[in-house]
Amino acid sequence: MNTLIVSPSPHVHGKDNTRRLMGDVIIALMPAVLVSIWFFGLSAIHLVCVSVLACVVFEYLIQKFLLKGKSTVGDLSAVVTGILLALNLPVCSPWWLILIGAFVAIGIAKMTFGGLGQNLFNPALVARVVLLVSFPVLMTGTAFHAPEGGYLFGNSEFANAALDATSGATPLGFVKEQLAKGVSMQEIMATPGLSYTQLLFARLGGSAGELSAIALILGFIYLLCRRVIKPWISLSILITVFVFAGALWLGNPAKFTDPVFNLLSGGLLLGAFFMATDYVTSPMTTKGQVIFGIGIGVITILIREFGAYPEGVSFAILIMNSTVPLLNRIQPKRFAKEAQKK
Amino acid sequence: MRTFRMGGVHPADKKISKDAAIERLPLPKTVYISMGQHLGAPAEPCVAVGDKVKVGQLIANATGFVSAPIHSSVSGTVKSIEMVKDLAGKPGKAVVIDVEGDEWMEDIDRSEDIVREIKLEKKEIVDRIKACGVVGLGGATFPTNVKLSPPPTATPTCVIINGAECEPYLTSDYRVMMEMPEQVLIGGTILMKALGVDKCYIGVEENKPEAIKKLKALAPQFKGVEIVTLKKKYPQGGEKQLIDAVIGKKVPSMGLPVDTGAVVQNVGTAFAVYEAVQKNKPLFEGIMTVTGDCLEHQRNFIHRVGTPLSFIMEYSGGVPEKASKLISGGPMMGKAIVNVDAPTLKGTSSILYLTEAQTKRKAESNCIRCGKCVSACPMGLEPYLLNKLGRASRFDELEEHHVYDCIECGCCSFTCPAFIPLLDTIRQSKAAVMKIMKSRPKK
Amino acid sequence: MNTTIIFTIATLAILGLLLAIVLYIVAQKFKVEEDPRIDTVESLLPGANCGGCGKAGCRAFAESAVKEGLGSLRCPVGGNPVMQKIAEALGQTVEAKDPQVAVVRCSGSCDKRKKTTIYDGLATCATIASLYGGDTDCKFGCLGRGDCEAACKFDAIKINPKTGLPEVDEEKCTACGACVKACPKQIIELRNKGPKGRRVYVACRNQDKGAVARKACLAACIGCGKCVKTCPFEAITLENNLAYIDYTKCRMCRKCVVECPTGAIHEVNFPPRPAVVKPAAAPAAPAAAKPVAEPQEKKVEIPVEKKN
Repeated sequence: MNTLIVSPSPHVHGKDNTRRLMGDVIIALMPAVLVSIWFFGLSAIHLVCVSVLACVVFEYLIQKFLLKGKSTVGDLSAVVTGILLALNLPVCSPWWLILIGAFVAIGIAKMTFGGLGQNLFNPALVARVVLLVSFPVLMTGTAFHAPEGGYLFGNSEFANAALDATSGATPLGFVKEQLAKGVSMQEIMATPGLSYTQLLFARLGGSAGELSAIALILGFIYLLCRRVIKPWISLSILITVFVFAGALWLGNPAKFTDPVFNLLSGGLLLGAFFMATDYVTSPMTTKGQVIFGIGIGVITILIREFGAYPEGVSFAILIMNSTVPLLNRIQPKRFAKEAQKK
Repeated sequence: MRTFRMGGVHPADKKISKDAAIERLPLPKTVYISMGQHLGAPAEPCVAVGDKVKVGQLIANATGFVSAPIHSSVSGTVKSIEMVKDLAGKPGKAVVIDVEGDEWMEDIDRSEDIVREIKLEKKEIVDRIKACGVVGLGGATFPTNVKLSPPPTATPTCVIINGAECEPYLTSDYRVMMEMPEQVLIGGTILMKALGVDKCYIGVEENKPEAIKKLKALAPQFKGVEIVTLKKKYPQGGEKQLIDAVIGKKVPSMGLPVDTGAVVQNVGTAFAVYEAVQKNKPLFEGIMTVTGDCLEHQRNFIHRVGTPLSFIMEYSGGVPEKASKLISGGPMMGKAIVNVDAPTLKGTSSILYLTEAQTKRKAESNCIRCGKCVSACPMGLEPYLLNKLGRASRFDELEEHHVYDCIECGCCSFTCPAFIPLLDTIRQSKAAVMKIMKSRPKK
Repeated sequence: MNTTIIFTIATLAILGLLLAIVLYIVAQKFKVEEDPRIDTVESLLPGANCGGCGKAGCRAFAESAVKEGLGSLRCPVGGNPVMQKIAEALGQTVEAKDPQVAVVRCSGSCDKRKKTTIYDGLATCATIASLYGGDTDCKFGCLGRGDCEAACKFDAIKINPKTGLPEVDEEKCTACGACVKACPKQIIELRNKGPKGRRVYVACRNQDKGAVARKACLAACIGCGKCVKTCPFEAITLENNLAYIDYTKCRMCRKCVVECPTGAIHEVNFPPRPAVVKPAAAPAAPAAAKPVAEPQEKKVEIPVEKKN
């Protein structure tokens, strides 16, 4: 007989483990990555590969030489951060920009807090925001032009055509620019490249992950089916954005963008499906998650419609990340309270 | 389909022994009948070394309100009264009897006929159940007669028979429902009469369609009995969860199940009640499953209480070579066996063999704050937080977060993707907090 | 520009002044009258808040000392000098107490005690103790998961990974008793430090009969009673198959150490024994030769640790 193993119950474990969950997130991000590669070819491959590699290497080195702990690369969380970072950067980002991003994400936003599970802010988003405020020209619209000779292997004809139409800016940036010039909303929306179908399937301009709403939705559905995440955060963000933006738009259609455009444009879907739902930086209870989502939705629209930046999802998520410890103080509903003394 | 409303997990079903009919185990040479087979004070032996005893003869008296008498499961000579190690290796007083023949007490009805007419009155039933040493066979082995004598503040309204058997692998309750459905229903009727209520629900999970069919076919003959099909979800068989699932009422925190009006009894207990009341047969036999993926033949047995586990293992083909962990009970809440020579108890429901690959825990990694433990907890607790507070011994905060509500079902540890042994810590913290709470002067 | 700066300075100054007044009024209004001696006593205490005295912390100790008198209250960490000072400050007297130290009463190191099961749960002694006797056959012995180490606030007790047993750093140990409370097996005992730190004690808690104990652990006290007979001072008692040396009676003659067939009796901080004694021990039992060497090894180990 083997030497008996003894432990307290339970004696079996479910199928879930950290690596499998992270692996599922990676699979869910694949449609968005593939769309990006479809359009931009080698540039997109370069972006994703450098980003993932840099994140993994940074995590490995920091864990080994600074924290002196067991390697945590195997849990795949650095890969997820790498892909998310890539999807948050413009396709033609230079390699050094990606490296800085990866260092900020892993080195500053994740490992300084103690590694996986300890960080307060979403690493990829911290990196994006640091890059956005440090290198605004590279990170926003004007840098979105094709490299010389076009995109290798990419669908450059389509890409260039659409890019020309919006003078290289992201849809949100373009709208904001035009509004500032005094052009009315109805006229702006008539510009080619801003139709709903285009937003849904393949819009251009914006970061690598914002190209196709459909690809992101596919990934989200996959995560839900695999029970990796619950839908509450994402749904509450989307509903809040729709309702809040809708109210503003009904108030003054000439000045504010309509709610559907708000849902489909910018990084909202990427943020709502993949960034806000990050386990580590989102609340534990359903009630907390709904409040978290509503907060993100409101802040996003406030920044989009009244702020200086055309896009506010990343800021909104980071601001709400900081409220998570507070939201986690909301206790879940108990099975039953103590009986009332008669 | 009904189920409980909060949390729960879905472990693989693994009812591989469900088609094995119940067999009678042969008699061992010696039985070791433990005096602590029930929740509460251990029984006190009333036989002396050298005494001849018969099957079903009283050998130990109950010593308190929450306690139960114990009867001999064999006929023979009392060899000694000594300390015998239980399955965790902890010594406890036991009566050791050398088996000689199989001579039963004359007043036990050994015929196979099903006795349908309930002759005893309400009080007589409770007394008989008490005298026959019937205890809850769902795991906690709480004396049944105590549950049938609720405090005056509570008014029972219904009996719930627990046929959920939500633990993976276990099939003893299923076999009872398949082979003795009518006895179970009569048992339920007896329990209704004992409590003076007119409603009895039998909750069975959907993964036992044949049992549901059998019970439903017979149910119309029994007034007030209703078969409730439940969705498969662990821990459906937990008393609080079952009451919530079947009648939609919630047992208050720190309260008694009967506060909701429901008195829950296991299927096996209902059968034992039938045998005690209708056949005058004390509880000295139990039905158990011997199973495991690494075991060649899956079995269900009737065992005599006090049979050494090693005897049963030997009889059912020996311990499989690959088995690394032996469990008495289910894989979620059962106890690991340390001492294979330990005797069976009234409540022993299985021997389960698990291989190292199935059971060895993986190294703990960082909590990724996924909240899966919070969603899985059927009591609405926050296991990740209790674990953290528990490791820091912050007992006042543990109490604020209701650690005492924990039912130790193991859903949190089962689901944790970082392999954190949440329940291990929480169980310790709960014990410490309960001790502190009990030491406080009552208002 | 200038006006802005002046305006800012003025605003902040006025704000500061206002807040100071508010703070002053609040402090006056909600002032708690306290015996000033509580602060005095607290300042004399080591401030470790270890709870070794039985109170919640040093402040609670001070409050209790001032309000209810010293009585049997002792600060084990500060020891006699601190207690003397506190007694003076309060105008009370306090008896000097012998300094104590934590002693580990188990010698079942990994090589002496075979593991018979694989424990696979949370690695704390309390969890194992609540589940079963432990992963060796000795159900009285050290479980080796370091609940004592976790409880120690002075970094004075550590599990030695080689032996799997805790070791006490005498210099750091304050005899606060935290480890004694933490140990679910009551392995650790507070004993008088003894003259020059010399102590003789039975490093075993096994109450099983000799044969059972011996089978589980080579270093177990088998309850043979040889030490009891040898002791000229009647300091050793044998109860439930286990010898115990009363440290108030022991005169450190070390005869029992030589006599013990399993090496369960330990001596610490003694100078090396003259080589003549050793052969006398050997004929006692053939199996004894090895275990007797054990205390000698220990002797060397501890002074080395101290130098660190």
